[in-house]
Amino acid sequence: MTLVRDLPQVRGVKNIPIQEGFTSGHRTCQGCESALTMRLMIKAAGPRTIVVGSTGCMYVANTTYYSTPWVVPWMHTQLGSSGAAATGTAAGLASMMRKGKMKDEPINVIAFCGDGGGVDMGLAGISAALQHEEYNLLILCYDNESYANTDIQVSGSSPWGANSTFSPPGKVHRIMNRRWKKNTAPMLAAGHPSCRYVATACASYGLDFTNKIRRALTIGGPTFIHVIDPCPKGWDYDPKYSHELGMLAVETGLWVQYEIADGELTLSGPSRAIQSGVRSRKPVQEYLQRQGRFAHLNEEDLEFFQSRVDESWDEWWLPGVVPFKRPDEE
Amino acid sequence: MTTVEEQLFMTEKEELISGSEAVAIACALADVDVITAYPIRPYDTVMQYVSQLKANGAFDCDFIVAESEHSQFEIVKHASSVGARTFCGSSGVGWFYAFEAIAVTAGLRLPVVAMVGNRALDDPGAFGVEHNDALAVRDLGWMLYWVATAQEALDMALMAWRIAEDPRAFLPMALSCDGSFLTHSQAIVNVPTQEQVNKFLPGYERGQLQLHPDNPITVAPQVNEDWLMEIRRQSNEAMSRTPGVIKEVYEEFKQVFGRGDPSPFLEEYMMDDDPDIVLMGMGTLALPVRVAIRRMREQGKKVGFVRLKFFRPFATEEVQEALGGAKAVAVIDRDYSFGSPSSGGVLFNEVRAALYPLDNRPHVVNFIAGLGGREVRVRDVEDMVDITQKAIDTGKVELECNWIGVRE
Repeated sequence: MTLVRDLPQVRGVKNIPIQEGFTSGHRTCQGCESALTMRLMIKAAGPRTIVVGSTGCMYVANTTYYSTPWVVPWMHTQLGSSGAAATGTAAGLASMMRKGKMKDEPINVIAFCGDGGGVDMGLAGISAALQHEEYNLLILCYDNESYANTDIQVSGSSPWGANSTFSPPGKVHRIMNRRWKKNTAPMLAAGHPSCRYVATACASYGLDFTNKIRRALTIGGPTFIHVIDPCPKGWDYDPKYSHELGMLAVETGLWVQYEIADGELTLSGPSRAIQSGVRSRKPVQEYLQRQGRFAHLNEEDLEFFQSRVDESWDEWWLPGVVPFKRPDEE
Repeated sequence: MTTVEEQLFMTEKEELISGSEAVAIACALADVDVITAYPIRPYDTVMQYVSQLKANGAFDCDFIVAESEHSQFEIVKHASSVGARTFCGSSGVGWFYAFEAIAVTAGLRLPVVAMVGNRALDDPGAFGVEHNDALAVRDLGWMLYWVATAQEALDMALMAWRIAEDPRAFLPMALSCDGSFLTHSQAIVNVPTQEQVNKFLPGYERGQLQLHPDNPITVAPQVNEDWLMEIRRQSNEAMSRTPGVIKEVYEEFKQVFGRGDPSPFLEEYMMDDDPDIVLMGMGTLALPVRVAIRRMREQGKKVGFVRLKFFRPFATEEVQEALGGAKAVAVIDRDYSFGSPSSGGVLFNEVRAALYPLDNRPHVVNFIAGLGGREVRVRDVEDMVDITQKAIDTGKVELECNWIGVRE
């Protein structure tokens, strides 16, 4: 196994590395939370990193010929290829380092994908990548809950009822997207016992996210982080509220922040406070009604939405994480 | 203590092996860094041999069994981008499952070497050989070579990395091996020594294009209409340079290993007396064709054969020179191209187009034969020659595309 870069945890926002790896040159939308995710991701990983990016808005809007924002080596990969791209990059480095064809040193390999590329098309490839304990790689799924680069189409990670160009509310069918958002991170954690680190995060909680990136890269082997990224264009809200919406997603208990390190589950931030009963969940309505994509939801819809979130906290074995019902207590 | 590798490749020796095994041995000799596998018949035999060689310590590589052909080709693509020597392969619809990755590998100018165990495309299911799988990538920037013998498979595999990894090319290359007839049939193969191979095949240097923290480049940014045409032009120029690279590498190979044909592009058989009829085809059908030609020569018919080895780059001038003097050319296609000009095969239409600029054009007749692994028999070849002779006698091609050996 190749060497792992030791990236200690950052204590306090002021200690986040000042060095930028993702700078000007990109042309993401105003208020794009995914751009912040990219920026924090590479700040946390540092310059000895290779980043591979799947097709998606973080490719098309981010990486234009002659104006790349990436200071680190960066390469495009196909929509469903983040797992294979990470595996191939890490395998190439590992093989050449082992055979003495390249200087043996720790190099971080990060492949990112959107929810379309990761939760939908690339899921099998990510699953395969997480089986290769001999390769150090991180797959980061930035989830803006739609195919945001191709005019906002519903994905397997879109919330129930969300208006998209493939799920527009109409005269006969008000709710066109009847699928509940996939529970991706726990699925990958549960399905890959040899994967030592799976986490969820949100750039609204920058320090938490930074440290999760660093822990994933330090622990070694294949790792996965799922990040929720509010998207002004796709979610239909004023760009200045991106950060706030990220926080609301967590505070309403809809997005749960945690890490699973060597099988140990730890919730962080407001999710942890909710779990321990220190604070109560905000009504989901506060989050949904801030976004145009849910403007067509009626009272009944909102109640249904809230009931599903309540169920995940009140009835799931691991609240907000694992959707198995608790066994009857003896 | 000698390693298994040294024991294996210390002395030159003859071995009875299949085409797939020959390519696997070439992988070991070439010290390939990353190899990806996914099972589909008939190409997958090469990966069985590769895994055995690795398991027995014959060579050190990262051998990854992917979860699909798409990932299989994506993994080697990315390994190649950081400077690793790579190998993979597929057959039939497996090759098509990887099509996206195959296209971008060429677009990125990454010198991946792949083996295609030619197989009919589903549906309906069939294991046998057809050339349509590999031919589908003919426009994308892959070099495509059709192998006829196990020896040629080993030799061309060694040359493939050298050609593909030449910075003048930096293009991927596929070795097309007819399913069963080559992948599974054994023949005596001269296996070279590691020392010979080291002399011939240098390491892969990606240079300024290598993705590494010491060389922080951005690969494949979005270019749109602003730059794509220039980039396509560069790929076209790279492909135009490959004939020169191929000739150079082929000559050097002959010097080091002491075997090879006069031309890397064509193999000519009984062509010295400028025969009236020249048969043309690719791959293992060379075998029955040669037998048929010997038989017909005994009967006094002036017939010859040209086997096209490189389909891409297509050696236009060599083909014109070899076929231009004939009265009629019979092109045998182990493929189909429904709705194409004259409803002919892929090779037929390419050869006919290549001959068009000549002042004295031979008649060109097409024969679709051996689909799905059906045997091309000696008497099928004789039928082809009879039909072609008629075109010479009557001065016109009655039916441009003829299906041979098909139940009517």
